[in-house]
Amino acid sequence: MSDKPDIRANRPALALHVPEPPFRPGDTPDFSSIKIQAAGEVPRPDVAADAAETHPLTTQLVRVLDDNGHAVGPWNPKLDPDTLRKMLKDMKTVRVFDDRMYRAQRQGKTSFYMKCTGEEAIAVSAATAMDPEDMHFPTYRQQGLLVARGYPLVTMMCQIYSNKGDPLQGRQLPIMYSDKKHGFFSISGNLGTQYPQAVGWAMASAIKGDSRIAMGWIGDGATAEGDFHSAMTFAAVYQAPVILAVVNNQWAISSFSGIAGAEQATFAARAVGYGIAGLRVDGNDALAVYAAVKWASERARTNNGPTTIEFFTYRAEGHSTSDDPTGYRAKGEAEEWPLGDPIARLKAHLVALGEWDEERDAALDKEIDSSVRGAQKEAESQGILPQQGFDNIPSMFEDVYSETPWHLAEQRDQALDEAREFLGHEPK
Amino acid sequence: MTTRNMIEAINDAHRVMMARDEDIVVFGEDVGYFGGVFRATAGLQKEFGKTRCFDAPISEGGIVGTAVGMAAYGLKPLIEIQFADYIYPGFDQIVSEVAKMRYRTAGEWTMPMVIRSPYGGGIFGGQTHSQSPEALFTHCAGLKVVIPSNPYDAKGLLIAAIEDPDPVIFFEPKRIYNGPFDGHHDRPVKPWSKNELSEVPDGHYTVPLGKAKVVREGEALTVLAYGTMVHVALSAIEDNGIDAEVIDLRTLLPLDMATIEQSVKKTGRCLVVQEATKTGGFASELATLVQERCFYHLEAPVERVTGWDTPYPHAYEWVYFPGPIRMKNALKKVLEA
Repeated sequence: MSDKPDIRANRPALALHVPEPPFRPGDTPDFSSIKIQAAGEVPRPDVAADAAETHPLTTQLVRVLDDNGHAVGPWNPKLDPDTLRKMLKDMKTVRVFDDRMYRAQRQGKTSFYMKCTGEEAIAVSAATAMDPEDMHFPTYRQQGLLVARGYPLVTMMCQIYSNKGDPLQGRQLPIMYSDKKHGFFSISGNLGTQYPQAVGWAMASAIKGDSRIAMGWIGDGATAEGDFHSAMTFAAVYQAPVILAVVNNQWAISSFSGIAGAEQATFAARAVGYGIAGLRVDGNDALAVYAAVKWASERARTNNGPTTIEFFTYRAEGHSTSDDPTGYRAKGEAEEWPLGDPIARLKAHLVALGEWDEERDAALDKEIDSSVRGAQKEAESQGILPQQGFDNIPSMFEDVYSETPWHLAEQRDQALDEAREFLGHEPK
Repeated sequence: MTTRNMIEAINDAHRVMMARDEDIVVFGEDVGYFGGVFRATAGLQKEFGKTRCFDAPISEGGIVGTAVGMAAYGLKPLIEIQFADYIYPGFDQIVSEVAKMRYRTAGEWTMPMVIRSPYGGGIFGGQTHSQSPEALFTHCAGLKVVIPSNPYDAKGLLIAAIEDPDPVIFFEPKRIYNGPFDGHHDRPVKPWSKNELSEVPDGHYTVPLGKAKVVREGEALTVLAYGTMVHVALSAIEDNGIDAEVIDLRTLLPLDMATIEQSVKKTGRCLVVQEATKTGGFASELATLVQERCFYHLEAPVERVTGWDTPYPHAYEWVYFPGPIRMKNALKKVLEA
């Protein structure tokens, strides 16, 4: 035995902290501890301000709409009523679209769907604030970008059904849209990859002396990926003309935002360490989202560098059709969420302005319902997922390379032989 | 025509193509002002400016990820990963994004980029500067994988890779940057200037992707090799007086199977050579293809000469390396079976 004293004898046992959300199933949610600035309270720095001047804002919340539907304070973008009505219509369209496609999945018409309920203001307002030529690198919950940019609902649905009208030829999971013309980059199921890609696109625009900017999107959960750090580093180093959005909807499937670090700091505050301008915004306030994106896009467009924006919001529904949130979070959270419903808030604003009323609202709802149903009917006339998978099998082997190499040609012929045997006739 | 080593040939390919195509951007760790740790990008920043050739943060995921965005914009990124061993932080971007983009967008977005990276051992680089990870990329649908074995091919293949509409992983055998290595680590190094393949034309020319080269005709057996191992194989054949046919694959994917088949059907015997670890390597794919397509012409089992299934060991480099003795024994086995 050694007679040396055990130097560790008097040390406390170490304890691992595993974050736990404030509420679990069976609890009554109470969000009164979340600190929320009054609308109009947070200052608005000049778009050319030093990044450091924005950093106090990363722990606050930029808000424009107050509880009475009035737009107040320095961030009020003072949008004209037609723009506001267009935003309301787009947000409502997204919600109805989500409901129809969710049901279509439940009816077995497709394999998978993801709603963005409660988050409609974020993508719709961002698309409205930016130029149509600017490029988005979205996640799977920014369908509002496509809707606001006028992408055909029928085409979105055809993608969801992987049918004959699907521009991606049935190769991608539903909602992984891609459309160059509408500035919507191909969505990846590997989370976070799009973040440095957005920075690269913006760097390319700067290399070419272009005037277009890019916006990258990520969720609270995927900020833990290395790609987040790469993107922030490259954006800062090259002062890329890019907006890097973090949509903090509190939940990454079943993991609350604390599992991604939200107990220790806001996601917006990550901008501080990189020396990037940072804003934290009420994501359920369409005007605040618009104002923040407008600010960041002007900043980027005038060679003043990137901005990181955290949109503070709440994922009102499950992660996807494959998820049941009652297994991990308390009932009633969405209703108790202190920032309210973005659609109801924008509607209240239009009403307060005297630019909207219940009658027009009901008429709009009816119009949207009818147009979404019409689009669905048209999309389904081109087929639903269970009918797909054996038409045009050779297309499955195309676009792996610009030209089909010999080994893929051989595999294609073998696949056709198998299909012939399975079907009992020549595949179409 | 100028005598060039492999680095000079690769550098010249950059210069020729950057002058021809303003959409080519070159970046990576230390590639800008300094010109790269192996000097492959020397002088490019001075000649083409800081927005055409620049230093990147030490972030392979960021380098490849931003290159994806640049390609989406319409540029042609020609990027360097400083060592192939460093490529793994960028692996997700390469495998899930670069490789799949044309397919998942039905051709709307393509990734015409080249990812260059020095690979292979024999330089006392230890386990993190010596690996041969080519099989990880040949396994991945959507990528082309190219490995040159001499200065002439290096320039011609790199230009072809830059002009190719698909993404190309371009692995450079760093052991032979300055001279062909015959596998005898205990003998003096020969410079490229003594080899006719160091006669590299000035200006633009290509060596097409997907075309192997028969570098030695013979009747006794077919040896399939690429990169450094082409020279090791040629030397072992001469040392042992064997009339072998040696094929330098040059492009691993898409593979020039026609040239391989023609040769193996003629010789009836085949030896596959790679420096990489043995299990699940590209040599295994080659051996399988030869077996599938040439079985009734074979007079002996297809053999592999490879590195061992260990990490690349620093002090034991020459025990790991598939050198002259491993080559001799395998040649004997294939010929005597």
